[in-house]
Amino acid sequence: MSSSGSTTPARQLRCCGASGCRSAGSEELQAALEAARDAAGHTAQELAIKPVGCLRLCGRGPLVACDGPGGTTLYGAVPPTEAGALIEAARLGDHGNDTLQTSRLDPQLPFFALQSSVVLEGCGQVDPESIDDAIAFGTYSQLRRCLHELTPEEVREQVKRSGLRGRGGGGYPTGLKWDTVALQPPGPRYVVCNADEGDPGAFMDRSVLESDPHRLLEGLAIAAYAVGADRGYVYVRAEYPLAVERLRKALQQARRAGLLGNGIDGTSFSLTIEVRVGAGAYVCGEETALLQSIQGQRGMPRPRPPYPAQSGLWGAPTLINNVETMAAVPVILREGGDWYASMGTAGSKGTKVFALSGAVTNTGLVEVPMGTTLRSVVEVIGGGVPDGSPIKAVQTGGPSGGCIPAELLDTPVDYESLMELGSMMGSGGMVVMGETTSMPEVARHFMRFSVNESCGKCVPCRAGTVQLAQLLDRFVERRASPADMAKLDALCRMVKATSLCGLGQSAPNPVLSTLRYFRHEYEAACRQPALCEQP
Amino acid sequence: MSVITLSVNGKEVAIPEGVSLLEATRAAGVDIPLLCHLDGLEPVGACRLCLVEVEGSNRLMPACTTAASEGMAIHTHTHQLLDYRRMAVELFFAEGNHICAFCVANGNCELQNVAVQVGMDHSRFPYQYPQRVVDASHPLFAIDHNRCILCTRCVRVCDEIEGAHVWDVGSRGSHCHIVAGLDQPWGEVEACTNCGKCVDVCPTGAIFHKEDTTAEKLRHSDRPALLKAARDEHVWRNQ
Amino acid sequence: MTTPDPSTPEPAAPEPSAAGLPDRPKLRLATVWLAGCSGCHMSFLDLDEFLFDLAAVADVVFSPVGIDTKTYPENVDVCLVEGAVANVDNLELARIVRQRTRLVISFGDCAVTANVPGLRNLLASADGSSQQAVLERGYLELADTGAQLPFAPGIVPELLPRVLPLHEVIAVDLFLPGCPPSAQRIKEAIAPLLAGERPVMEGAEMIRFG
Repeated sequence: MSSSGSTTPARQLRCCGASGCRSAGSEELQAALEAARDAAGHTAQELAIKPVGCLRLCGRGPLVACDGPGGTTLYGAVPPTEAGALIEAARLGDHGNDTLQTSRLDPQLPFFALQSSVVLEGCGQVDPESIDDAIAFGTYSQLRRCLHELTPEEVREQVKRSGLRGRGGGGYPTGLKWDTVALQPPGPRYVVCNADEGDPGAFMDRSVLESDPHRLLEGLAIAAYAVGADRGYVYVRAEYPLAVERLRKALQQARRAGLLGNGIDGTSFSLTIEVRVGAGAYVCGEETALLQSIQGQRGMPRPRPPYPAQSGLWGAPTLINNVETMAAVPVILREGGDWYASMGTAGSKGTKVFALSGAVTNTGLVEVPMGTTLRSVVEVIGGGVPDGSPIKAVQTGGPSGGCIPAELLDTPVDYESLMELGSMMGSGGMVVMGETTSMPEVARHFMRFSVNESCGKCVPCRAGTVQLAQLLDRFVERRASPADMAKLDALCRMVKATSLCGLGQSAPNPVLSTLRYFRHEYEAACRQPALCEQP
Repeated sequence: MSVITLSVNGKEVAIPEGVSLLEATRAAGVDIPLLCHLDGLEPVGACRLCLVEVEGSNRLMPACTTAASEGMAIHTHTHQLLDYRRMAVELFFAEGNHICAFCVANGNCELQNVAVQVGMDHSRFPYQYPQRVVDASHPLFAIDHNRCILCTRCVRVCDEIEGAHVWDVGSRGSHCHIVAGLDQPWGEVEACTNCGKCVDVCPTGAIFHKEDTTAEKLRHSDRPALLKAARDEHVWRNQ
Repeated sequence: MTTPDPSTPEPAAPEPSAAGLPDRPKLRLATVWLAGCSGCHMSFLDLDEFLFDLAAVADVVFSPVGIDTKTYPENVDVCLVEGAVANVDNLELARIVRQRTRLVISFGDCAVTANVPGLRNLLASADGSSQQAVLERGYLELADTGAQLPFAPGIVPELLPRVLPLHEVIAVDLFLPGCPPSAQRIKEAIAPLLAGERPVMEGAEMIRFG
């Protein structure tokens, strides 16, 4: 049963029910908490137990936040057997209980204190399955405002002023893209939200979908209004069943509430949104392949131009933005583009959500202003390698990105800086690697990913990645020769320069970046030339 | 019809507006290797052999799918492009099972010709020896997947010209293969009209007439363009 | 003896030494026949009267069709290597050729691509090796009578796991594809070498496979 958001009880327990905590047993814990509360004779009015989305520190799930007059206390990895103690602590507002000591998390931890919640502001606050709760939190108020008070041009102006850039990895200026779509000749237009988050180690979009789906729908509706579209799609990967379920529920609720459909909120603006579930192809995150897939065709990229903004779904101008981009829109409208642009760096404005994982103490979701150094993210917020040993490298951008060595951790996180280092922002996956990680093995891991996920249309990606993976085998198995090194270099450059879409063009990045910063590991893997002479 | 001018390898050419960079290279008398492209079929930009450098762009563009525009300056035979093209052809040879010596298309094969064109005298990349099959279930024709380079000309000619759409691509990445019907034996696909257009356009010996043996396959890759001209512009060869 | 790993090419040979062949009265020429059908050698014999010109400037110091020497000699100037590398003898000879020869030519499609002998690689099992599968196919499954696997250590050379083109085993200086390369193509390739020049390996006449 969803809680009503309109009257927040003085004391409540917010239980994370996103995928990470679910896999750690959040459903059992929530049931145990409800049972313990009932057993103690407390009502929901006295002590509410509210299912919410992501509370960030996924590695310590299941997470529970206790709100009371004295503030909020967070608990992690609470066993269901401690439900009674937790209920008691929450009711009394006394969080000094010894039995819960190991579960209690310090809210002053840099992990929480250094984050700025913009896109994630509703994550962990609202009940993702309740539109009432979302509306009480303010969701859809910006859509209403846009429809009643702003022209599409004015909406686009705010987005342009915000300096928001595509959060899917490309970093294309969002306002410019919206203008391009809006200014196409009259005719049908489409908006598409790319929720086909497939990079290994990336779970930002999943968290938004699972935690605050109404915010995404609001952003999507505002985008549709701004570019003049009356049909939209959210393309979600099938591997995110909970996200799909919650998104579908949210759509149904929004339709019933008159926030989607014909004549939204008494205006002449109509918008139909459909969820399309992918069939497991990573390449469908590439926009032209995604459009093919929505049209019911084989998900294969096509050469651009023409860009989807000119010719997308069924040949009509189509706006495609990723989840995080769309979810940033309502806040930008609420606070103004200038407010958003006041965060971040000259070229990269606002905040960015990262999914922090790997050899790091605090695994979870992190939202920080652009320009924060990698070191603050992985060492301060992330807490470094669990055993206290030094970080060797940080991988950003998944199979399209690269490994940034420890000595460059003071680099600010923004599109240009990461690109200069031979990596890329990507969608926001950040994998921390400890000293024992072998870089040729990392490169091979990602290359094998690309081999499996190549759609097979163009030869550099289809056949080149296979050859690259086999070349990397020789380094991993320490039977490479100096000639293999030259071949690796040359083939990486060729695949990068000649592949048809972003998947192939960026597939060599993990190799190129590790060759750049950890070349000695490849050289050490080459057999001594003298040994080759031996039969 | 308005005309645009652009330069190909420093030579100025004038071409009708709306055509591709490939037409520009042809107007300049420059020969660039092609495998997936065939006049008369929709271009797909898959083989990457026709990539050219465009001044002012840091991306290589496929000549077959890129629209030519006024004032462009393109280069078709830079050292880098020659290098990439040769590698691409080596990758084609290495990913399939191409034994020219006993192929029906030996001496009349576009892959073989392209290898000569790019100066490929051996492959630096190890041959993969993929497990592929021969489908000889059709009464007239056969498809030997060992020789397929996934250019998708057969898919396109069957769909765009014949309208039967017998062919499509199945699986992903290096497992990609051409499928007949719903991945059935070709002979069981009722949609096939036995027209043989896929045989005509196949650049290698992958799709062939059953009666052809080693080095006997003839190519008729000009037919889609002739048919398209006949239909769209009512122009016939014997006019 | 452990089975050598043939998959690692030798370090690249010094720049092809065609132009720098020693200025001695006669070149020392060899031809080698690895896993191939000998068709390339037949094509070589098709050089007909050019063989006389060749004999005037070169001594054939090792060749299955030209001389009875059983041991590959030292200080060979040019060697045409026909055939793929399929067994341990092929591998051993290829390596000796590389050590004792200034200019190694990969001669014909089998040497250049593994070609027909390489077809047994299609029988490879999960570990990538095909030697057991090809023996079982040839000597057991297809046998009419007396099915048995050949086993004669030291006499019948062991098969390598995979059949490899020559350049995946040793560094090669010149590629002369063709199945077989025509006599004309062979002549166009070696005539310049005799004159101390590098042949121009371009165009269908010189490098078309098949």
